[in-house]
Amino acid sequence: MDVAANLPALQVVVPLVAAPLTVLLRGRRLAFAVVLLAAWTAFAIAIALWLRVDASGTISYHIGSWAPPWGIEYRVDRLSSYVLVLVSGIAAVVLPYSWPSIARELPPERHYLFYTMFALCLAGLLGMVITGDAFNIFVFLEISSLSTYVLIALGRDRRALLAAYQYLIMGTIGATFIVIGVGLLYLQTGTLNLVDMGQRLHGIAGHRPVLAALAFLTVGLSLKLALFPLHQWLPNAYAYAPSAVSSFLAATATKVAVYALLRFYYSVFGANTVFQRLPMEELMLVLALAGMFVASTVACFQADLKRLFAYSSVAQIGYIVLGLSFDSLAGLTATIVHLANHALTKGGIFLLLGGVAVSMGGVSLARVQGMARVMPLTSFGIVICGLSLIGVPGTVGFISKWYLIVAAIEKGQWWLVFLIVISSMISVVYVGRFVEAAYFQAPREGVRGRREAPLAMLLPSGLLVFATVCFGLATSTTLGAASLAAAELLGGMR
Amino acid sequence: MEPQTLVAAALLVPLAGAPLIAACHRSPNTRETVTVLTSLVLFGCVVALLPLVLGGARPALSWFEIMPGLPIAFRVEPLGMLFALIASGLWIVNSLYSIGYMRGNGESHQTRFYVCFALALAGAIGIAFAANAFTLFVFYEVLTLVTYPLVTHHETPEARRGGRIYLGVLLGTSTVLLLPALIFTWRAAGTTEFVAGGILAGKLGPLACIGLLALYMFGIGKAALMPVHRWLPAAMVAPTPVSALLHAVAVVKAGVFSVVKVIVYIFGIDLLAGGAAAQGLLVVAGFTILAASVVALKADNLKRRLAYSTVSQLSYVVLAAAVLAPLSMIGAMLHIAAHALGKITLFFAAGAIYTAAHKTQVSQLDGIGRRMPWTMGAFAIGALSMIGLPPAAGFVSKWYMLAGAMSASQWTVVAVILASTLLNAGYFLPIVYRAFFRAPTASAHDHVHGEAPLAMVIALSVTAAATVLLFFLPDVPMALARLTLER
Repeated sequence: MDVAANLPALQVVVPLVAAPLTVLLRGRRLAFAVVLLAAWTAFAIAIALWLRVDASGTISYHIGSWAPPWGIEYRVDRLSSYVLVLVSGIAAVVLPYSWPSIARELPPERHYLFYTMFALCLAGLLGMVITGDAFNIFVFLEISSLSTYVLIALGRDRRALLAAYQYLIMGTIGATFIVIGVGLLYLQTGTLNLVDMGQRLHGIAGHRPVLAALAFLTVGLSLKLALFPLHQWLPNAYAYAPSAVSSFLAATATKVAVYALLRFYYSVFGANTVFQRLPMEELMLVLALAGMFVASTVACFQADLKRLFAYSSVAQIGYIVLGLSFDSLAGLTATIVHLANHALTKGGIFLLLGGVAVSMGGVSLARVQGMARVMPLTSFGIVICGLSLIGVPGTVGFISKWYLIVAAIEKGQWWLVFLIVISSMISVVYVGRFVEAAYFQAPREGVRGRREAPLAMLLPSGLLVFATVCFGLATSTTLGAASLAAAELLGGMR
Repeated sequence: MEPQTLVAAALLVPLAGAPLIAACHRSPNTRETVTVLTSLVLFGCVVALLPLVLGGARPALSWFEIMPGLPIAFRVEPLGMLFALIASGLWIVNSLYSIGYMRGNGESHQTRFYVCFALALAGAIGIAFAANAFTLFVFYEVLTLVTYPLVTHHETPEARRGGRIYLGVLLGTSTVLLLPALIFTWRAAGTTEFVAGGILAGKLGPLACIGLLALYMFGIGKAALMPVHRWLPAAMVAPTPVSALLHAVAVVKAGVFSVVKVIVYIFGIDLLAGGAAAQGLLVVAGFTILAASVVALKADNLKRRLAYSTVSQLSYVVLAAAVLAPLSMIGAMLHIAAHALGKITLFFAAGAIYTAAHKTQVSQLDGIGRRMPWTMGAFAIGALSMIGLPPAAGFVSKWYMLAGAMSASQWTVVAVILASTLLNAGYFLPIVYRAFFRAPTASAHDHVHGEAPLAMVIALSVTAAATVLLFFLPDVPMALARLTLER
């Protein structure tokens, strides 16, 4: 078998096969080794695909050699290769971290289950990104969602069960909306292949069922990507899941949902249909702004750092959707680059918080008082990521903010420029609360003997923090890829 | 050495000094030696660039592009040279002073203090040598962030409150106002490069011009125009060496330096001349000068009085720049140097008084000049410079500012400068009078003290001497100022 030619299939198959293997092997060491190997292989494959797309354009892979639109097509273009690298890369960093992390959070007999679910979740997310088939997106979405519910429920806190249940309900409603949307499109076009569907929709874009499908898909995916006010599931899910899970979800799950939304908007419906036949631009704009302001403000009043940064995620998703609402190259570039930028930043923060939970016995603001003295590296890492959330130059957050402002200025919307920068000042408040607790408060009783988290946790976290700064200075990789992907999306369907 | 290497060295020396200082945290003597050595090497690099710049060369260095078309690049032009000279030169003196102050007051976290200082200097040099507004903005933000731990050094609730205002105002103005202005400039002009004559000529309507200038002027919060001046008095909770070097020299001068850069190299004097934008700026700066002086008049806390005096003096620079006449421009640039020397002397004196006598209020200073003659002598020279009397440097810069305003027939500006001179005298001379001519109050006898530690006295004497020297020999700053105005 020619491995190189089958890379698109292997991208999904490798983690998918790893999952049942871990159940058969049972041993936590073996399970860890298998999934780690699978994740790293997936990352390597994603990079290989990325390079190939960069060199020779879109890859179309036909599953079982059945030509589309009859067979299922895996399609790797600039946007999907970018998101594949992001998702598998984060998995490759989070997995080594999860070994010491879950050893402290889960009973040993459940460890292999964690790895099973992690592999399934990864396979589902990668599948959603790589597939060129509408129903396939739904299937992979369900695979990733179901495994995510289990991963969240594994959390040590009993409230994790409730959080998982909450997410299960909301997620199922979202998935139902998506499948209804896909069904309507299938009824109208008679195909499930995205490219084919896009072409067939050309003449009938104004038909009511098509617009209904657009609405269903938008609401369903907005639930999954936690667009305000459909974000209710997110803070609890992030707060009570095991640390490694919080980090992986924060960095990837919502990003993949955004990817699916972009895919449907630009490759299936076409920007004209989305933004001119329905008032989607205004709707997205208002919801994004509401998310940026309301969620940031709520974040300022959280006593638990995981919840605080979870609300901050909802606000950051606001930025991502805001870029989308401009329907311009600069705006879309901001959206796409912020997918990666926010993933690195928030992934880093949640990994570091996992270390905090281990060393300080919790992540409430009261627990982290005086943390800077006992965990100087971790505290500094969180500060760096916090600066990125604010959007200080030298961090990735600045790049995203810059492009959002450029997009707003291009539209001549000065009021929006000021709303963007003012909302970023709210993040100064919640990051400042952490800084004041960690650096200015005297440590609590008994904190003296605490130490930094183990090196195996510190290194992966440090890697993401480093990436937060690195890609804020040398942006050609992320920004270059994002602007090319945005141009490709905009050029594809008009 | 190659000029380019010198520029790179000037940027990297303080950056490299920071980890070295941190590495020596176990041995305070080594740590302080490293600090002083770093400052000496930095000053050496900057001075080595001086003859080149005076000779007409403009050493340039481009590092990398952060975003397409937005490089981090440096170019040493005369005005930046002047700012770098002041900041790096005074860092040496300030390091000496810091050693006396930090040890004399038994301060904690001294390593963090010296490390942040080195980083702040790297930020200041980056601002001074920035070849484009984008680079300037990046280092401007860096400077804000690395000085935050210095402002909140004491970690008390007061320090935390001061830090909140400091960060809130400086980050707030730079993000909410300066960043959109910068991006708009980039979109309108296609570049953010500092070019003689400006880059915005013909690209702005009159209304956009007013709006953009307002965004820049209030966005550069470090220049402390009212009402974005609140961070400066708040920053006074910091240890005095911080107030002295950063909040009288590096940070605030970075502010007015940026203002002058924006006016000269982004807008261009021709674009602003005769427009309503410059008129508006004159009004704001004039108001700030007078209002801040009035606040200073009433402040009893010595550092607070000095802080408001700084707010007022910074607006001199903005005012003189906004007059847009060549002579007043020269005055503005000279005043960056003159005020730096004078104000650092005053802060050094205030810190020496605090260290030796534990006094912070003006009303407690009766008769202190007899016990601390060197300190109060230097204070008097600094005060003369603030008022603008010979033989202090402030006289020279004020002379040019007045001459420029007269040549442009801006009689209101002349009146503002004269009125504020009276106000300056009104809040500085009573301190000198109290110190030397009033008998010590009874309570002062409880605590017998003499001069502050030697390192501090040497430092403040050096800056006081430099203040006088600049009056007699203003050649170098003058040459640099004239070169800046040449096309």
